[in-house]
Amino acid sequence: MEYETIIGLEIHAELSTESKMFCGCSASFGGGPNTKTCPVCLGHPGSLPVTNMKAIEYTMMLALALNCEITPRSVFHRKNYFYPDMPKNFQISQYDIPLSTDGHLDADMNDYVRKVGITRVHIEEDTGKSIHIGESGRIHGAEYSLEDFNRAGIPLAEIVTEPDIRSAEEARAFMQLLRATLEYLGISDCKMEEGSLRCDANISVAVDGKLGTKVEIKNMNSFRSLFRALSYEEERQRFALEQGGGLIQETRHWDDAEGKTHPLRSKEEAFDYRYFPEPDLVPIEPDPEWVDRLRENLPELPQARFHRFMEQFGLARDIASMLTGEKALADYFERAVETGQGPEELAKWIAGDLSAMLREAVVPIQHCPVAPRGLGELVALVNQKVISGKMAKEVLREAFETGKGPQRIVDEKGLSQIADAHELEVVVDEVIAENPGAADDMRTGKEQALKFMMGQVMKKTRGKANPEVASRLLKQKLIGRE
Amino acid sequence: MAISIEDVEHVARLARLKLTEEEKETYRRQLSDVLEHARKISEVDTSDVPPTSHTLPLRNVFREDSLRPSLSVKEATGSAAWAVEGAFKVPRII
Amino acid sequence: MKIIEKDALSIAGLIKGREISALEVTRVFLERIDKVEKKVKAYINVAAELALSRAKEVDMELADGVEAGVFGGVPIAVKDVLTTRGFPTTCGSKMLEGFVPVYDATVVERIGRAGTVMLGKANMDEFAMGSSTENSYFGPTMNPWDLERVPGGSSGGSAAAVAAGEAPWALGSDTGGSIRQPAALCGIVGLKPTYGLVSRYGLVAFASSLDQVGPMTRTVRDCAALLGVIAGYDPMDSTSIPGELPDYVGALTGEVKGLKAGVVRELSSEGIDTGVRERFGETVSLLEKLGVACEEVSLPSFAHGLSAYYIIAPAEASSNLARFDGVRYGYRAPGESEDVWEMYDRTRAEGFGGEVKRRIMLGTYALSAGYYDAYYAQAQKIRTLIVRDFGRAWDEYDVLVSPTSPSTAFKLGEKVDDPLTMYLSDICTIPVNLAGIPALSLPCGLSDGLPVGFQVMGPPLEEPKVLNVAYALEQAIGFDARPEL
Ligand SMILES: [Mg+2]
Ligand SMILES: [Zn+2]
Repeated sequence: MEYETIIGLEIHAELSTESKMFCGCSASFGGGPNTKTCPVCLGHPGSLPVTNMKAIEYTMMLALALNCEITPRSVFHRKNYFYPDMPKNFQISQYDIPLSTDGHLDADMNDYVRKVGITRVHIEEDTGKSIHIGESGRIHGAEYSLEDFNRAGIPLAEIVTEPDIRSAEEARAFMQLLRATLEYLGISDCKMEEGSLRCDANISVAVDGKLGTKVEIKNMNSFRSLFRALSYEEERQRFALEQGGGLIQETRHWDDAEGKTHPLRSKEEAFDYRYFPEPDLVPIEPDPEWVDRLRENLPELPQARFHRFMEQFGLARDIASMLTGEKALADYFERAVETGQGPEELAKWIAGDLSAMLREAVVPIQHCPVAPRGLGELVALVNQKVISGKMAKEVLREAFETGKGPQRIVDEKGLSQIADAHELEVVVDEVIAENPGAADDMRTGKEQALKFMMGQVMKKTRGKANPEVASRLLKQKLIGRE
Repeated sequence: MAISIEDVEHVARLARLKLTEEEKETYRRQLSDVLEHARKISEVDTSDVPPTSHTLPLRNVFREDSLRPSLSVKEATGSAAWAVEGAFKVPRII
Repeated sequence: MKIIEKDALSIAGLIKGREISALEVTRVFLERIDKVEKKVKAYINVAAELALSRAKEVDMELADGVEAGVFGGVPIAVKDVLTTRGFPTTCGSKMLEGFVPVYDATVVERIGRAGTVMLGKANMDEFAMGSSTENSYFGPTMNPWDLERVPGGSSGGSAAAVAAGEAPWALGSDTGGSIRQPAALCGIVGLKPTYGLVSRYGLVAFASSLDQVGPMTRTVRDCAALLGVIAGYDPMDSTSIPGELPDYVGALTGEVKGLKAGVVRELSSEGIDTGVRERFGETVSLLEKLGVACEEVSLPSFAHGLSAYYIIAPAEASSNLARFDGVRYGYRAPGESEDVWEMYDRTRAEGFGGEVKRRIMLGTYALSAGYYDAYYAQAQKIRTLIVRDFGRAWDEYDVLVSPTSPSTAFKLGEKVDDPLTMYLSDICTIPVNLAGIPALSLPCGLSDGLPVGFQVMGPPLEEPKVLNVAYALEQAIGFDARPEL
């Protein structure tokens, strides 16, 4: 029997507009409960929604970035269901005529590309937040809940994919690319932990090409939990199928602490949303010129930049992918390249030591204490043989910790290499005099001896000797050639 | 068109209305009457008629993305005697 | 003529001419309310203190030589479906008993800016659902012409207040006839404007695609004047029509010669009471005498108007009224609830009255899986046919006419237990709402001592024409009967 995992994603991204979707309250994160509310977003009797043009524009930008068609005339619908975090007990959303449809986003999987179809990108409003009060702070077992409507009405772009994803790895790669796309467009904060980017998944396992039972997974709050939840669920479903057991179509909740999915049973849910056209709003018919202007003004997107980094700078696939996965990181790299140093070397420093330090210190690249110019300076010092590669690592750490420029650190600590042949010659002569045995070995062509002699030179200069110059001098003096 | 007590119960659940047995029967009867009358519309041939949800020719009604003052927490929660520290208290959800 | 018998424009003139102060006018009306309110019950809440202090402000402004608005000091009644900041707004429901809005409806703001003095919030069928005002949680309003009869509804309080001299004019709202039918039954003028002409911001929604606020007045001229105050673009309402407003009062020339009127067969023959039919026929003859060519026209889709309406309006209502759940405002069922779902179920069962629950159930059913296409979608297609029928009529006619209501005021309790019969009272008014066009009801005489209403319908935004035809008729009819109280 051949198993194939089939995954489709439904993603909600909060848009970073100033004001909410249908009222003038702030769409920013946080604040005391109900400090960012008004009659509209509290669903007060008589209040009416008015659409935020920026939210429409942002959603269209996203749709265009995902290669979607913009619908010439789309409408809002009401999705009716009761829930305490919903001020009106309906959500203004889109249904059979969404803002855009039929796109795709291609995730690079290193040795292959996964083309994921985008069914639709539409716009809707976010709900408020329930805070569960009771022993665990979780919804189960809470004594009561407190409702805060600050989040209610923040614009959400909903992205629905085709079931084109075949593994948890692909799902994660797709989400990372989508996150980067949102970030490049500058239309969302994309913080999965704060809930500004949320992802639900439909997953099933097909057996010998026959479609399986679809299970919906909710509550995956990071890329890691998306990957873990889907891996777990894939295993669970395969195991059930192997055992000959059946699967039921259901919604399951990912418990990150436990590392398992659980059925989400709730007696309140009656799945009949009674969608109908929102009578308080009028259709959206984007002017083709507006759409063209947005299309023309789209920034360079992650995939394009990824390919450009490989072509223009000769970067390896994995480094290019890593650098372009985060806009700020790619920007940092390009600013460093402006210093005139080698792109490959710079990329290696950024992807290697610098990223490690940022991770360790939990500092985003935007606040990196070493400026792109500083990194260029560091690479220049290595290239000009002022410091060795090994010394450069220490200089970078020092620069990261103190914020001082690499040149300044080298100057202050007197770290510059001894590359002056005359100066080094004195040391080399001393070493030859002090180690006649090893000198003889070198003369007779023993490779090992050179390393030893070099070690002695480094010891005398406390590591500051330029290795190339020292090695040349030793060879000249003992074997008569370089 | 006659509807059943089960239909009434299903609809009452969607609409979140607690009904007594007596009310269920009353609504069953009354809704059946109204729907029976309304069923006449199904006899009209509308195969090439588009639906009208708006009689207005308006489209693209937008506002600028700018802030307007929000309510004070006191105003926002002033109509709910059960509010606690700026939030609306509700009984347990599950 | 006593102040309480005068029309609003005359009162405005007296105040402007310093013949009487705003405060005196307000006192006169408050005294009248004191005197007859026990019998009529037109108001849910009288804003006596607020009105007196507002009237004093107006007088002070006038003394300072400030123009205190076009209608400075003229009292007004406001249907309790419009939000009033700091003053209770109940929608005739237990659900909103004691609810105090944090903002003013746009129309409330506009009548305030025009200097009017709100006397109180008028009674209505709960959430504007009804044709008799018997569905008010706060008890029914009585028809000033016969206290055993209903004033019509849902704006029955507004209509009764104007007819009883408890206010010179009032604001109502009309979803399926809720301004025109009570205006007809109480012998006053009522206009449902073109959908989108008057802002719905702050109008507590019943059926959003049909609701419209409008004037309820003693004369056509007042009607035109009040429309001029409340109409106009509002950025807070996405369905508000932009553009300049015509001069509605200026349009009242009384010159109608050469116009063509269509008498809608489907709304003026079958199911119309004899007395109503007689007054209607006489009025059509009068119209002809004024030089308007009248002929019968058939608009076949109207036969399905009532059915389409009683699907679409409850469907929208079921969604609009979902927000009343005991979480953020309004009624919450007392005592412990097992969980939030039980709290919802109890709150809504206790907070809503029978008719509201019935319509919520009906609308929920019509939208639910498996029934949407047969009911809701089909009703919206019928709506298209009605719009088309009207459209064809406007190619031929300047206005269409019909009786406003198939009967005069009926007895309290007569239809309250039979929803379908009650719904039939809206048969003449409903097509207008489905098509979003303007229509006005004006008194055209009495039948057995009870007023009969004559409906004038016009193409979208042709309020000036509708008002002018009504004005010409009003002059010709010379209706001056008043209820004895
Ligand atoms: Mg959604
Ligand atoms: Zn708001």
